[in-house]
Formats: sequence, structure tokens, C-alpha cells
Amino acid sequence: MIVFWVLAPIMVVAALGMVMVRKAVHSALLLAVVMICLAVLYAVQNAPFLFAVQIIVYTGAILMLFLFVLMLVGVDSSDSLVETIKGQRLAASVVAVLFGVMIAIFVAQTSVGVIVGLQGANEQGNVTGIAYLLFGRYVFAFEVSAALLITAALGAMVLAHQERLTPRVSQRQLAEQRMRDYSDSGKHLGPLPTPGVYARHNAVDTPALLPDGTPSTLSLSRSLQARGNVRAARVGDVESTVEQMKGVDD
Amino acid sequence: MDATPFLTLSALLFTIGAVGVLVRRNAIVVFMCVELMLNATNLALVTFARVHGQLDGQVAAFFVMVVAAAEVVVGLAIIVSIFRARRSISVDDASLLKY
Repeated sequence: MIVFWVLAPIMVVAALGMVMVRKAVHSALLLAVVMICLAVLYAVQNAPFLFAVQIIVYTGAILMLFLFVLMLVGVDSSDSLVETIKGQRLAASVVAVLFGVMIAIFVAQTSVGVIVGLQGANEQGNVTGIAYLLFGRYVFAFEVSAALLITAALGAMVLAHQERLTPRVSQRQLAEQRMRDYSDSGKHLGPLPTPGVYARHNAVDTPALLPDGTPSTLSLSRSLQARGNVRAARVGDVESTVEQMKGVDD
Repeated sequence: MDATPFLTLSALLFTIGAVGVLVRRNAIVVFMCVELMLNATNLALVTFARVHGQLDGQVAAFFVMVVAAAEVVVGLAIIVSIFRARRSISVDDASLLKY
């Protein structure tokens, strides 16, 4: 019971934070906290199989899927705090309080009776017991869940599939395009210059120096420049480098 | 171990998840709140399995997890395709069926 009283407040706080926090990534991490705590609560309640499944399936697979999709649609996608429906928050909190009171009354009114405990059912081991049920009484549901999973996988593939609207560009066409650009506008043919490699720095945030000593903007990633994370090639060069890059950028 | 605290915690988590579904507008966060509700019911199922001394509740929780996995896969695929079409995952933006 100590485990419960330690974990329950953590879970409630994490769940509340998940609802209130603005960034979706933080929500996902708080959800992970709730799920891991739940797994421990399963273990406390003589459900070692569900403990493992909760960790592997929920925190391992489902939450990773959430994070993948978050990365796909942009980590910075945070909710706007403007209410689009008037009084939505208020109505939601009223509904929540009513619902909570209802369930609280429901829990308080029910007498759970004698707690049998799972010692008898887990006599042959928890996994064995679940296996007997799963492949015995619930074998049909088990088979149907297989069909469900296959359907879901196919559905996800169909939904996430993207038709190619333009034909794939071949290596030859790319090379020809590059040559055409060169003859039209004089755009450099070869790859972009690499970032600088010096005795002190060997990093992508250090620009390469051109023969006349000025840093080359092309050698740095655009996002590093936008963030201002640019290091100088020589000591004391930081300000001048940043200034020069800004000048080129504008 | 008493069962009531577990059931209360389960109810509390379910309520918090329901509020999240009502309040949040980022589709992914709404989805996470649905997951929270499913997890809360799982906790209740496991608790009842212990109360009755039978493993049926744990099997039910296992099936809930399976269905949740399938649901997440399809739901996130839908979110991704909506995002591709309209560059936004706010549930307010997908209101074309209203008009």
C-alpha cells in the first residue's frame, strides 16, 4: 500500500500536468510517467504479465508512436490558449466536477466485499493462468483481435500512403538540371563547402574560411545561422563572424 | 490491500482524461487523453481481478491494450493525413463536415 500512496499523487499530478501543459511533447513525457507508475501498480496487484505488457506496449510502442508523429507534424505545435467556443473551459470543468462526483458516489456506495486476492489464481504462475484463459475461454476474442490488428495495420498503411504526383527524378536528370543551372545562372556545380576544420574546432557550427579570410555562409546549416549558434574560426572573431553572416543573410 | 483507493485513483485519472478530451484542441494531445482514460479503466479492471480472485479482469485489460494499440495506429495515421492536407492538427480546423 505504501507503493500506492507514493505513486498515486505522482500520477495525478502528472495527469493534470498532461492536460494543462502547452507543448505536446511535454504532455507525452508526462503521459509516460503516468503509464510507468501504472505498470508498477499492476505489479503490486499481482499482475506481472500486465506489468511487462504495459511497459513494452504502452510506454515502449504506443508512446514512441506518439513521439514519432509529434516529430513528424512539428514539435513546436503547441495549442493556442484562445477559447474558440465561448465558455468551453467553464463548461468542461462543470462536466468534470459532475462526472467526478458521480463516480466518487458510485465508488463510495459500492461495497467491494471480501478481497479474495490472486494467490489461488496465480498458483501456477500469472502468465500460465492468463494463457489458460486466453487460449481457452477467450480464444475467439483472441482470434478476432488478430483480425483487428491486421486491419489496423492495413488501414494505417492506406491512410498514411501518399501517391506520387510527379515522376521520380533520376540521377541523370538531376545531373542535367545541375548543368543547366550552371550554364543559365552560373550556380556552382559541386557540393556546398564543408564547415571549417581547424586545430581548435572541428564542428558544424564553425564556418569555413574563404581564401580572403572571410567566413563562408554556404558552409553552415541555415538553422544554425538562424539560431545564432555560430562559432568563430579564430579567437576574438565571434562578433565579427556573426555580423558578417547577418550581413550576408540580409 | 484495500481496493477502494485503487478504484478512486482510476476514477480520478478517467475524469482528468475526459477533461483533457473536452478542453484540448491539439489532436495528438486529445488522443493522449483518450489513452489516459483507457489506462484508468485498465487499472480498475486489474483491481477487480484481484478483488474477485480471478484472472478474467487481467485478460480484459490485456484486450483493452490490444485494441488501444490498433486504435492508436489508425488514429495517428488519420492525424498524419489530416496534417498533410491542411498543415494543422488542431481539431477546430477540421470542421468541413459542419457546413
